[in-house]
Amino acid sequence: MCIAIPGKIISIEGHRAKADFNGNLVDVNVGLIDAKIGDYVLVHAGCAIEIMEKDRALELIELFHDLDELA
Amino acid sequence: MNIEQIISELKEYKGPERKIMEVCGTHTASIFKSGVRSLLSSGIKLISGPGCPVCVTPAAYIDRCISYAMLENHILVTFGDMMKVPGTAGSLSQAKGNGAKVELMYSPMEIVDRAERNPGTTYVIAGVGFETTVPAYALTIEEAVRRGVSNLRLLTALKTVMPALQWICENETEIDGFLCPGHVSVIIGSAAYEDLAEQYQKPFVVAGFEPEHILAGVYDIMRQLQTASGVEKGVHNLYKNAVRTEGNKKAMSVIERYFEPGAAMWRGLGMIEDSGLYLRPEYAAYDAGSKGLDQDIELPAACRCGDVIVGRINPNECPMFGKACNPMNPYGPCMVSSEGACGIWHRNIGML
Ligand code: SF4
Repeated sequence: MCIAIPGKIISIEGHRAKADFNGNLVDVNVGLIDAKIGDYVLVHAGCAIEIMEKDRALELIELFHDLDELA
Repeated sequence: MNIEQIISELKEYKGPERKIMEVCGTHTASIFKSGVRSLLSSGIKLISGPGCPVCVTPAAYIDRCISYAMLENHILVTFGDMMKVPGTAGSLSQAKGNGAKVELMYSPMEIVDRAERNPGTTYVIAGVGFETTVPAYALTIEEAVRRGVSNLRLLTALKTVMPALQWICENETEIDGFLCPGHVSVIIGSAAYEDLAEQYQKPFVVAGFEPEHILAGVYDIMRQLQTASGVEKGVHNLYKNAVRTEGNKKAMSVIERYFEPGAAMWRGLGMIEDSGLYLRPEYAAYDAGSKGLDQDIELPAACRCGDVIVGRINPNECPMFGKACNPMNPYGPCMVSSEGACGIWHRNIGML
């Protein structure tokens, strides 16, 4: 129920944007974030709830780096 | 640190048994899909928590949804997850078979358009969810107010996660650490867990949903549990790509503008003060009568949903699991929802 999935912003008009999810274009409300075209955003129930700043590979590298600091 | 090292440490763990609660159903589903359980030592137990808004919604709410769907000139709109949840007299999906008007939505915001196009019909939105979903309902009301669309109502069963976690910390003291709900945390921020971590001296780790994220989260919790007592246990955010310390402030403020806290009923946990969200009095005209829907169905005596929701037992320890109770013939709500622990365990029976 609380799952949010990442999509890429293709166009923005006010608070309405179109985001690409694996080739499917979906209407998304971007009123809760400061999105720009090309951003990857996490979308839940038609609403973008956050901008993803890094790609997955980079994110995981940083994650493991964070764990090193714990050790 | 790399993923192989993490996996081998978690597999070889030989210390005292540890119980880690994954609070949210999306984690439970991902843990099974990726086979994370099979990578852990038998001394590390992952327990599913109450983090599925559908599973904790009492039957009285479903009954009210159905009664709206039967009313003339009314349409009940809902997310698909709610369709099969049993009320006292069947589910929305059964009601639909008997002529009730039930439509599905992808987003509550699209209902403003539907309502505007059909002024003679009142659209009642089944507003179920945690903090992740509440902003979408708030924006829906904002849009309806702005466009003067008045034939739209919210019937809410909205809940916030922190009061439930507080309840669990207080009542289920055997749980050693928490994998925090990732997408709820996007909204409320990782700082939200700090008071609980400090008060109960337990690790709270925010993690994403990829198998690597989950393993890293479990590893972090185990690390914290192995440090000498006296070393503070705390909140670690391992999902920085999506979760900020302070959360999404715009989302929090839009929630606050339209909703206020009130008591809410959780299946398995009971009534918890301030754990629900209700439309503020200024927006009462948009409320479909959401308060007081607290009565639950009498679960069949053998159904252990209440114990499953708080992690006291695993679904397969319920005597009905996989026998009288299965996804085709669910006894309890936990078997119904796609994120209910019993249903997820059942779909992955081969991996147990
Ligand atoms: S397996 Fe079925 S009967 Fe048992 S707790 Fe889960 S939903 Fe209830």
